Amino acid sequence: MTLSAQVALQLGTLDLQAELAVRPGELLALLGPNGAGKSTLLRCLAGLTPLAAGLVALDDTVLDDPATGTFVEPEDRPISVVFQDYLLFEHMSVLENVAFGLRARRAPKADARRIAREWLERVGLGDYADQRPRALSGGQSQRAALARALATSPRLLLLDEPLAALDAATRSSVRRDLRRHLATFDGMRILVTHDPVDAYALADRVAILEGGRIVQTGTLAEVTAHPRSRYVADLVGVNLVAGVVAGGVLTTDSRAQVVIADAPAGPSYAIVRPHSIALVRDATAVSSARNTWRGTIVDIDRLGDRVRVSIDGELALIAEITVAALDALQLRPGDDIHATVKATDIEVYPA
Amino acid sequence: MTGGRRRRRRVSLPIPVLVLAGVAVAFFALPLVGLLWRAPWSSAWGYLTDDDALTALRLSMICSLWATALSVLFGVPLAWLLAKVDFPGRGVVRALCTLSLVLPPVVGGVALFFALGRRGLVGQYLDRWFDITLPFTTAGVVVAQTFVAMPFLVITVEASLRQLDTRFDDASRTLGASRWYTFRRVTLPAIRPALAAGAVLAWARALGEFGATITFAGNFPGTTQTMPLAVYLALETNPEQAIVLALALILISFAVLVGLRDRWFGRAPRANAVAA
Repeated sequence: MTLSAQVALQLGTLDLQAELAVRPGELLALLGPNGAGKSTLLRCLAGLTPLAAGLVALDDTVLDDPATGTFVEPEDRPISVVFQDYLLFEHMSVLENVAFGLRARRAPKADARRIAREWLERVGLGDYADQRPRALSGGQSQRAALARALATSPRLLLLDEPLAALDAATRSSVRRDLRRHLATFDGMRILVTHDPVDAYALADRVAILEGGRIVQTGTLAEVTAHPRSRYVADLVGVNLVAGVVAGGVLTTDSRAQVVIADAPAGPSYAIVRPHSIALVRDATAVSSARNTWRGTIVDIDRLGDRVRVSIDGELALIAEITVAALDALQLRPGDDIHATVKATDIEVYPA
Repeated sequence: MTGGRRRRRRVSLPIPVLVLAGVAVAFFALPLVGLLWRAPWSSAWGYLTDDDALTALRLSMICSLWATALSVLFGVPLAWLLAKVDFPGRGVVRALCTLSLVLPPVVGGVALFFALGRRGLVGQYLDRWFDITLPFTTAGVVVAQTFVAMPFLVITVEASLRQLDTRFDDASRTLGASRWYTFRRVTLPAIRPALAAGAVLAWARALGEFGATITFAGNFPGTTQTMPLAVYLALETNPEQAIVLALALILISFAVLVGLRDRWFGRAPRANAVAA
């Protein structure tokens, strides 16, 4: 079983042009900042928002193809969704919620209730079968929503920010439970999240969605080792510089130059790690650092004994220095500063 | 109107507001006191159990309940259409369907007469083809009452449908429920409080309906003479009985409003509260 989707859709300011494939039994995390179009993409797969152009197909079954006018209604797709706020029906008991999908598919009432009860036992909510969803905690609601989604035996399970509605204290234990329960489902799963921790804990592979485009896919390790977008670079905490390499120098669109050790010519990314950056007030002294960029300090953020200094100038950079260095340099936001980096400390890879 | 009882805050109200609100309460209470003051208590039971009064009371109950049932049957789909379907001219349709809220009921009755009367636009065919005559019949009373009562249900239910979180419909669809199944099992239960409130309002309006009824259905004891008509008639022949009948009508409406308030109006529609 595979899912393949090419989704094109304009919705307000969002211009979604994304291609996605999920392999059998795989859990793909769709990771991206708010407003990137993650939830919209999920809605397209579920059939809640029709495509403007593109194709959604599950195995050999075409679910949505505007070119031929094919559109399978959401209720006829073998796809279940766990929504962000879980959306349990408050006027039904927890058991009725879980049985809802089966009843809607015309399963006899007794069968539906029996299967629903099994699912509730499986997610550890057997004692709550007759309660109203209101009586459940956030984590329990999520498990009930998961049981409700899986009770209809979908081939693809979509999870839209399943941990976002929880407070930080319970999130990690709920994440652990979710991981356990998701492991028992052998269908395809897509998890939408803006939290890389979720992706790390739950996913086999991640797809980074930014501004309506899939900018990178791979395992989380691959993606974070070689960021190809500002979003991922920020997640990892490195400075990402995009440009063209020629003669040992990477030149950005804004004509800033980064001297690098050795890299093949052509469009490339360079990573400048914050702790490789040294800050100096006066850049006249001869230094082994081949790069010196002028800039203005826009923000100083203390994290324990480390200080992150945001600099705006030729390049927008974040430098990490010690508190002692901060005191010695007497840095203030608004100060002009030089950021220096050795060419050998910069990692370069082709775009 | 959600948490009025739960969140009882003690605030010091400005005196002018209190005074004006007090005048308003008195304005509504005084007519009732007036009736109670003039009521012939010794002979009240006799007037109430009088054959004509009982007939009018029974007719009022039957007709207003029918009008409420018809309002629910047609009004809920109409409210759904107005709330959920974006079609050209929706504003005009909404205005048309709630026109009788502001129309003098007598005008409504006259209009009904020209539409559904025996010589009316549609009425002539009802008469000729189906042998159905509405004016001056009990069915005509129900039609007149429905005409003035249904908008109360429509606007109440429409407002509630608009506030409804449509993501619950989405959740239902992804679980395999058709649109119709979703409407019955998810949407309807969620708007039940508003539906009940709207039905009560429509019923109360139908019970008190006078103008459209007397214009369209006439004033025939036993077939079209409802309580309000009987009160009006009695005012000319037997004012004491009019007072008793009026009090009975007020008592019924008041009891229903107070009785249902706690069950339906007082409870906030929490059906779709997010469990977080």
